[in-house]
Amino acid sequence: MSLLQILCRRLLLAIMVVFGVVVVTFIVSHLIPGDPARLMAGEHASAQTVQHMQHVLGLDRPLPEQFAIYVGRLVRGDLGLSIRTQRPVSEDIRHFFPATIELSLAALLFALAFGLFLGVVAAVYKDTWIDQLARVISIVGISMPAFWLGLLLLELFYNWLGLLPGTGRLQEGLAAPPAVTGMFTVDALLAGEWGTLRSALEHLALPTFTLGFVILGIIMRQIRSAMIEVLQEDYIRTARAGGLSPTRIILGHALRNALIPSVTMLGLTFGDLLYGAVLTETIFAWPGMGNYVVESISSLDFPSIMGFAVVASLAYVLINLAVDLSYLVLDPQIREIG
Amino acid sequence: MAHAQWRNTRYRLSRSPVTVLGLAIVALVVLVMLLAPLLAPYDPDRLHLAVRLAAPSRHHWFGTDEVGRDLLSRVIWGSRSSVTAGIITVAISMSLGTLIGAFSGFAAGWFDTAIMRVMDVLLAFPSFILAMALAAALGPSLINAIVPIAIVRTPYYVRLARGQTLSLRNRGYVQAARSFGSSPWHIVRRHILPNSLAPIVVQATLDIGLAILTVSALSFIGLGAQQPTAEWGAMVASGREYFLDQWWYPTFPGLAILVTASGFNLFGDGLRELLDPRLRGR
Repeated sequence: MSLLQILCRRLLLAIMVVFGVVVVTFIVSHLIPGDPARLMAGEHASAQTVQHMQHVLGLDRPLPEQFAIYVGRLVRGDLGLSIRTQRPVSEDIRHFFPATIELSLAALLFALAFGLFLGVVAAVYKDTWIDQLARVISIVGISMPAFWLGLLLLELFYNWLGLLPGTGRLQEGLAAPPAVTGMFTVDALLAGEWGTLRSALEHLALPTFTLGFVILGIIMRQIRSAMIEVLQEDYIRTARAGGLSPTRIILGHALRNALIPSVTMLGLTFGDLLYGAVLTETIFAWPGMGNYVVESISSLDFPSIMGFAVVASLAYVLINLAVDLSYLVLDPQIREIG
Repeated sequence: MAHAQWRNTRYRLSRSPVTVLGLAIVALVVLVMLLAPLLAPYDPDRLHLAVRLAAPSRHHWFGTDEVGRDLLSRVIWGSRSSVTAGIITVAISMSLGTLIGAFSGFAAGWFDTAIMRVMDVLLAFPSFILAMALAAALGPSLINAIVPIAIVRTPYYVRLARGQTLSLRNRGYVQAARSFGSSPWHIVRRHILPNSLAPIVVQATLDIGLAILTVSALSFIGLGAQQPTAEWGAMVASGREYFLDQWWYPTFPGLAILVTASGFNLFGDGLRELLDPRLRGR
């Protein structure tokens, strides 16, 4: 199968998946108990107002037509109006998006750094107590309820030790840095506002650790098993026989090759990041999309919940497509096998 | 033969203390779940306002909550909702997924293709977000948290069972059964399912930990079990308001989630290494 054919197949699948996402979210929004028109119009609205609202929302039309309208709106980036904030959902999401990206990127960096290190060490010292310890850390990470870890860290570092701030993104009274990326740490760095940068980093520390720890286990496991496989290859034995230093063999030869199969995992990790971000943001009152959606859930704000689900799912699909494609470029073997 | 195999398994288990630890935790949790009425020192729902928010003590090992309910008793009874919810979730997705996967693989052709494309779409969803949206649409309750998670996890079993079926469908005994005119249902039930269960059971064990975590996470954000049900995720959620001064309130239910999920994950992980010859010795 040629590279072009594989590309076409992946793209086709991605389009199907995107369509599936739209169909499923449409079905789910129709499962909602109670009448969305009534929810929109408010509890004490008259029957006439509700009927008018139904008409405005297009709920009195046949289902296929409603679906067409829904798709048309999505294509234009219209996710409806939030019942809670009374703003367009797309605007809300744009507003809360940078905070989530900042937290997710920081957590991913943290998890990659420690996950890579632990994974390599566990593979090199396979079946020793070091390996067993790394395995326990990884399993505890995978089994950790993020919402609970966040609470414990707050209790310890904020309440008992007073070392780190509790919630939010910046110290109270401190103005946000001039918006470029919307990520406070990056923006403060760009503007050279060191006090703001420090506060932003301090606020980022605990949420990053909470979210990162949950993903660390997944990354570590993947790296460990990929490394063990690579370390058994002939070229490693040859390099050893050639007298290369162990560090050079591990970092220069083995890790490089172990990383390639691990790339696909990064895309899938994004799903766990999303999951963790919802819980972590809730605990730390981190003003991102996760916090937004949980608040929407508690006030039954369905347009926001569904809007978030659509955007998050689409982002997930696109990131995985990008990862798959970069994998094709990185690994020539895949191209030949398809 | 069976005896030797069992001895072999026992020997390999003894070489992996972490797996044994996992098994011990799982056994303990199941025991606590079954013996909850005998083990719990108090009625988990009995209000006792005189001792509200009491710190851990000789009378209340895990302290009490804002209406004076004994937290140890609630954590013990909570195992019934949290662990059972996890097990039911996995039981649903496993049986549904295995059946669909086995028939899909056995039928082959357009039916198989269609099923697998639908599964691809489901797998491409960020599962927690899908479960969250479904649970929100169905309305908050423990059952409405279980069903979406079960749906979201089903495709994993479909894939697994289909793969197993594909490797079995051309075996001699399946071909023989076919030539005798056995119905597909009979062949799948008698020949395919019994021979493809091992990897599915391993996956299920690993999944129980994940399901317990996910159900408690949904409860934590208000989409699962509701008060006054003793459920670990919901208990952490209500303890959250008090944690600055009453650290014990959210700490113990959360610890129960961590220990239980770790137990199932350690055991499942070990089981997988035990049964998968490719992973053996790695």
